[in-house]
Amino acid sequence: MIIKQLSIFLENKSGRLTEVTETLASADINISAFSLAETAEYGVLRLIVNKPEEAEKVLKEKGFSVNLTDVIGLVVPHQPGGLHRALKILSSEGISVEYMYAFALSDRATVIIRTDAIQHTIAVLQQHKMELLKTSDIYEI
Amino acid sequence: MIWNEFIECMERERLVKLQNKRLSAMIERVYYNVPFYRRRFQEMGIEPGDIKNVDQLKQLPFTTKQDLRDNYPFGLFAVPISEVVRVHASSGTTGKPTVVGYTRKDIDIWSEVMARTLTAAKAGKNDVVHIAYGYGLFTGGLGVHYGAEKIGATVIPISGGNTQRQLQLMVDFSSTILACTPSYALHLAEALSEAGISSDVLKLKAGVFGAEPWSEEMRKEIEEKLRIKALDIYGLSEVIGPGVAAECMEQKGLHVFEDHFIPEIVDPETLEVLPFGQLGELVFTCVTKEALPLLRYRTRDLTVLNADKCYCGRTIVRMQKCLGRSDDMLIIRGVNVFPSQIETVLLEMSETKPHYLLIVDRVNNLDVLEVWVEVDEQFFSDEIKKLESIRKKIQHNIQSSLGISANIKLVEPKTIERSEGKAKRVIDKRKL
Repeated sequence: MIIKQLSIFLENKSGRLTEVTETLASADINISAFSLAETAEYGVLRLIVNKPEEAEKVLKEKGFSVNLTDVIGLVVPHQPGGLHRALKILSSEGISVEYMYAFALSDRATVIIRTDAIQHTIAVLQQHKMELLKTSDIYEI
Repeated sequence: MIWNEFIECMERERLVKLQNKRLSAMIERVYYNVPFYRRRFQEMGIEPGDIKNVDQLKQLPFTTKQDLRDNYPFGLFAVPISEVVRVHASSGTTGKPTVVGYTRKDIDIWSEVMARTLTAAKAGKNDVVHIAYGYGLFTGGLGVHYGAEKIGATVIPISGGNTQRQLQLMVDFSSTILACTPSYALHLAEALSEAGISSDVLKLKAGVFGAEPWSEEMRKEIEEKLRIKALDIYGLSEVIGPGVAAECMEQKGLHVFEDHFIPEIVDPETLEVLPFGQLGELVFTCVTKEALPLLRYRTRDLTVLNADKCYCGRTIVRMQKCLGRSDDMLIIRGVNVFPSQIETVLLEMSETKPHYLLIVDRVNNLDVLEVWVEVDEQFFSDEIKKLESIRKKIQHNIQSSLGISANIKLVEPKTIERSEGKAKRVIDKRKL
C-alpha cells in the first residue's frame, strides 16, 4: 500500500523545474501526480512517478537533493463529503496529516497523504473499508 | 587642540630615547613575568639586558592572535590576577574569545590616549559626548567613556541600538561629539532624515568613528548628512582598545600614540621590517602596559607609516587609513568574524555539512551577513517545517557562538563553487 514519493529540493530560480521534468522525460519516467510546496527562497517538489527508484537515481546524477518518502494514495468518491469522511477517521484516531494533494478523475478522486504514522494510517483506513491505491496501480513492475 | 603637547609634539630624537628606555624596561618585565616570552627569548639566546633600543625590535619574536588563544584566558598576563582591575574580550575563531586585561595603571594609560583622541577631534570639557559604541566586553564603549570623562566632557553612555531613542537624546541633550562605528553613524544620519528631522536641530560638531574599515566616500557622506567633521580612530583590544591612533582635524592620517605603542611595518610574507612609506602589515609593541604587554603583535591590518610633522603640530608618526587585511578575518558590524567560525558551527550540527558561502553586504548602511548552506540528502527533509527548523537552528547557533545575526539561505547541492579543492568562502560586496 505504501507508495514511494520523490521529494526534490529546489531553489527558486527560473528553469530549475524544467530541468527536473527534462531529466524525467529523457529517462522515460511518467508523472502521475505532483505538488510544489514553496517558501520565499526555495521549494520542495513532490512527485508520484511510475519508476521512483530510477527517477531518484537520474535526479541525483544531475546533482539534485532527492529522497524517497512513504505516502499513501487514498481513493475517495468524487462527490460532496467524500474526502471529509476519510479525514474524520484520521483525526479521530489522532493521526496528523503532514501534507496532502489530490487529483480527481471522473467519478473518483485520489488523495496523496503523508502522515506522521503511515502504517497506522493504512491499518485504520482499511479497517474502515476505505479504498487505497495499490503500488501496482502506479508502478510499472 | 592637543591634549599632551609634550609627548605628541616631541622631537623624534627625544621620543626615540623615551621609547628605548620604555622598551628595555618592558623586555625585562616580560622576561621575568611571562613564561611564554621567557621561553622564546631563551630559545633565541636573548637576555633582558641585550635589548637597549627600538632598532633591535627586529631581533625579537612576534606575537599573534593564535598565541593569545593558546594561552587562553590569562596566560600572557604579566601581573598576578589580583592586580588586574578589568578584563575585556573579543570574539575569536574557535569560539574562545581573545581575552585582554588591564591594571589600574593600564586604565590610566587608556584614558590618556583616548583623551588625546577626543582632544584631536576638538572635544573638551564643554562638550557632550554621545557614546553609541557597545558597552560590555567589547572595548569600544568603555574605552571612549574613560577618555571622555578624563577631558571633563559630559558623557552620554547610551551604548548601541534603539536608533529612535539615540536621535531623541542627541537632540534633547545637545550632544556635540558622536562616537560609534562609521556604519552606525550613517545609519543614524538616514534615520534622521527619514524621521523628517533636519540636521540643524543637532548640535553635533564632530564624530570619532572606528572599529571597522571605512572609505573616504563614506566619510564624505557622513560629513554631508550630519554636517560634522568625521574622524577615523584606530585601535584593537590586544593593544589596548580604541586609542591606539587617531586622526586630527587635518584628516591626513592617524597619529599613532607611539610613546605607548611602538609601530612597525613588516612584509606579511617574509616578516621583514619595511621602512616608513612602504605598505605592509602593522605590528605593535606595547611598552608601557602592565597586564598584557604584547611584543610585536601582528595586527593583520595593512597600512603605511609616515613620520613627517603634521600641519596640526604633532610630530608622532602617522598611519594611513587601513587599506585591508592580510588574513581572512571579516569585520561585520564591529565584530571580528572568521569564516572558519561558521564552518565550526556547521560541523557541530549533525544536520549540515560545511559547504557554505558568506556574503557580506551593506544595506541601509548596516553590514548584513548572509550565509548560504547547501542542502544535501542527509538533512533534506521533504517537509518545509523541518527545513525551516534547521535553518533557524543554524541561525541560532551562529548567533550564540559568534554574537552576530545572519540570514541563512538554503541552496541546492554543488551551488557553492569548489575550485581546486578549496571553496571560495567569502564574497564581500561592501564598497569601502
